[in-house]
Amino acid sequence: MAQTSIVMAGFGGQGVMSIGKILAKAAIHEGKEVTWLPSYGPEMRGGTANCTVVIADDPIGSPLVKFPDAALVMNKQSLDKFEEELRPSGLIAVNTALIDRAVKRGDLCALYVDANALAERGGAARSANLALLGAFMARCDVLPICAVEAAIEETFAGKSTSVLETSLAIFRAGVEAAATG
Amino acid sequence: MSSQSPHPQRLLMKGTEAIAEAAIRAGCRSFFGYPITPQNEIPEYMSKRLPQIGGAFVQAESEVAAVNMIYGAGGAGVRVMTSSSSPGVALMAEGFSYLVGAEVPVVIVNVMRGGPGLGGIGPSQSDYFMMTRGFGHGDQRAIVLAPSTLQEAVDLMGLAFDLADKYRNPTLLVGDGLIGQMMEPVTFPEARTELPEKSWATTGKPASRERNVINSLDLSPEGLERHVAKLFDKYARMEREEPRFERFQLDDNPPVCLCAYGTMARIAKSAVQQLRAEGIRVGLLRPITLWPFPTSAFLEQAETTERFICVELSCGQMVEDVRRALAGRRPVDFWGRTGGVVPSVEEIADEVRRLCG
Repeated sequence: MAQTSIVMAGFGGQGVMSIGKILAKAAIHEGKEVTWLPSYGPEMRGGTANCTVVIADDPIGSPLVKFPDAALVMNKQSLDKFEEELRPSGLIAVNTALIDRAVKRGDLCALYVDANALAERGGAARSANLALLGAFMARCDVLPICAVEAAIEETFAGKSTSVLETSLAIFRAGVEAAATG
Repeated sequence: MSSQSPHPQRLLMKGTEAIAEAAIRAGCRSFFGYPITPQNEIPEYMSKRLPQIGGAFVQAESEVAAVNMIYGAGGAGVRVMTSSSSPGVALMAEGFSYLVGAEVPVVIVNVMRGGPGLGGIGPSQSDYFMMTRGFGHGDQRAIVLAPSTLQEAVDLMGLAFDLADKYRNPTLLVGDGLIGQMMEPVTFPEARTELPEKSWATTGKPASRERNVINSLDLSPEGLERHVAKLFDKYARMEREEPRFERFQLDDNPPVCLCAYGTMARIAKSAVQQLRAEGIRVGLLRPITLWPFPTSAFLEQAETTERFICVELSCGQMVEDVRRALAGRRPVDFWGRTGGVVPSVEEIADEVRRLCG
């Protein structure tokens, strides 16, 4: 019953739901079981959004997880909320462009990435979500990186080749930043 | 695409959209409804897809209009559905009863939300009584299906249309905001090409047969009583042939059995796994049909299981059917959250530890 639960959180519009879907599609590529659960309720523009992805080899019971294994946080409110909830020794990927503090808990594995800068350098400032996902995947072995790349290709299949190439390049820049950083 | 998934048939879909696509695969060609959260992606999906395949989509002016539109299309022999959420479903109640009375096969989806009143939009199972007992006035019944995963929702939508036609009676499918809004991989069956013949449908009278009539009015008490008796013969057959359930971790006859359906059963399954990892022997009996209730499965389980704990997203509704099924043979406890609150796995596990500690 080994399973991995990952929370993605940030402002609405930062693409946290989208990277959750990419991760879920990557899990399907690998023949895994997966659930994607959005934060859900009366939301407001500029408010926070999050989704939880659970990946497992066996059928998944609850898609709701009280103590997630990992988190990708795109803004400070999300760090404040999910740092508390992560299980001990959990992995947390922090977007330093919008978060000006370090992770307080000493028992977490923290990964700091300026996702906005990586995305801007890659030519698509709004794809910071993919940069943070790349960095996260470099440190988390739940799925192979090539499965996530395949999911990105599937997601952007209807768009122009340049959009797909830019997206993949920004994702890979995130992978490299975490691998070297 | 430079890479192909090794599992191309498994699609990542939202529950509401999977339900809509499954209906289309089952031959549904008409949808009439009125918007309400948290099921709006069903009509949205239908509004896009049905016109592409020669179907009919109408956003009605009200729920009352929508239920009468499905009466019309169903009476004409078309596979037709509507979907709504709790207060919207309540508005359709009169029409549901007419569908039963006139023996019109339709499928009705209720993506339940917290009540009473306008309530909230959070996941809820507080329409159990309404769906299994009081979905319309008069002497009436309907099969109620309760999927727990998105794949099961897909499979049960196909079954729902078949059961509606088999019995010439509405079939109900219930979910909630969690089943509706989450995504999971699903595999769809091939689209149906052959559908059952409906010689009773009002399709225009050819010279070769008598006039077909779709009607629920009968002012002769004896005539109406005969009609209701005929309906109850159908319900007796449903009770014999249609109860469905899942037994989870019950093969070793554990002393404790959780009872839950739909979303709550998913969370209960995780709780069972957590408790078993600690050495606490517990299983889950999950009704898939809320009506007809799988009474004999509960009776059989009661031969070895000492106590039952019913967990629901309500203040206790299905628990009454569990107690009725067990008829005092074993103690039945209840625990639930309501108003749209979904408990964690740990909350359910704690409750089992407390009760069995």
